[in-house]
Amino acid sequence: MGTLARKTDIRVEAVDPAQLREQELLRRVQGGEKQLFYELVKPYERRVYSAAFAILRNEADAEDAAQEAILKALTHIGQFRGDARFSTWLTQITVNEALMRRRRDHSEVMEPIGDRQEEDGSYTPRDFADWREIPSEALERKEIRQKLAAAMAMLTHKYREVFVLRDIQHLSIEETAKALGISRASVKTRLLRARLMLRDLLAPGFGGAWFARLPFEKGSKPW
Amino acid sequence: MVVSCEHVWDEISNYVDGEVDTALRAAMEEHFKGCKHCTAVLDGTRNVVQLYGDDRLFELPAGFSQRLRRRIVQEASWSGFRSARSLWMLAVAATALIAGGLALGNSALFRQPDLRSALAKPPHGVPASLMVAVCGDGKVFHVPGCKYMHKHDDENPRMMTAAEAVREGYAPCVRCLRQYLSARIECPRSSPPPPLVAVQLSVRNATSNFKGLN
Repeated sequence: MGTLARKTDIRVEAVDPAQLREQELLRRVQGGEKQLFYELVKPYERRVYSAAFAILRNEADAEDAAQEAILKALTHIGQFRGDARFSTWLTQITVNEALMRRRRDHSEVMEPIGDRQEEDGSYTPRDFADWREIPSEALERKEIRQKLAAAMAMLTHKYREVFVLRDIQHLSIEETAKALGISRASVKTRLLRARLMLRDLLAPGFGGAWFARLPFEKGSKPW
Repeated sequence: MVVSCEHVWDEISNYVDGEVDTALRAAMEEHFKGCKHCTAVLDGTRNVVQLYGDDRLFELPAGFSQRLRRRIVQEASWSGFRSARSLWMLAVAATALIAGGLALGNSALFRQPDLRSALAKPPHGVPASLMVAVCGDGKVFHVPGCKYMHKHDDENPRMMTAAEAVREGYAPCVRCLRQYLSARIECPRSSPPPPLVAVQLSVRNATSNFKGLN
């Protein structure tokens, strides 16, 4: 009888020190050292805030919702089993908190863009402006960040939520679908529309209008 | 495989995410080579994904971190206090339960059996070992020698402890043991109850006339 040679596949995974530290902090916080919770959420502060802001579109409400979501996470930290990443779990709590507040406050009376086209139909780009390069320093400028935030605020919430979770929070399609309680196909369709709508809104500006008017750039110096 | 512009727009987001199959990817890439508009849409879509995926996009409001940290510290302290309080309350409740059980067990003396007199007031706080006297057909117990004890001339009062008397349904005499009644009986003719020392003195005097003890 022949002997089957069995190859042992030993996979050595690189251990991320930040992840190890997060796991250690998680273990200690779940063990009762709740004062360490801030250290645990500190790397995700901006993500949590941006998720809340993207849904609520108001700084004060976003901060309130973000802090409330983080405190809820602290209260229920014992229920986190590590099935998902801690950041994903935190994001889901934040999205739920923000959605709940938005429903409660009925703050959205008008949705300026997105409802004009049915979700099932194709989206036709309105603008074909050439937008090939992004200046690397673009995001360092406050007015550019404001333009981006304003463009996103123009999306109707069903597109904005998917876009935020996928492209800002970097959740997977499955995670996004689960967080919002919609199907994978809906996530894909809404994401496509959100991206194309934002491109329509931003391409003309990034394609030249916003940057051509800037002083002291090449070709526009006053001397 | 040839794809139209409309097909490209429908799939462009999946293309950016790497969610299209090999054949469609190849067809789309071929399409981009000859379509300026679709190339512009592709570049713009990639730029949107890149810009919004950058952490620098959303600035935290000034003081956000400090306020968050403060709230977490407050919540953690309050949570610790709640847990400690719960433990303390549990301990106190358990102690009270045990003490209550013991007290109930020891207070069998004061569980009221059916009193011999329906009108009598039940005793309250009478020392269990106090020696008292009862008569055969009486309904109350007395300090030995109490002049209000109804007894026949030839009868010797029965001596027992107050605990035994209570168990047998006797009630305290409203005169010599009135301080041990659960509700005072105000008799217009009677003087206020004497202090305990006075009671003891009167008992001492009374015992000299008490046949059973002499």
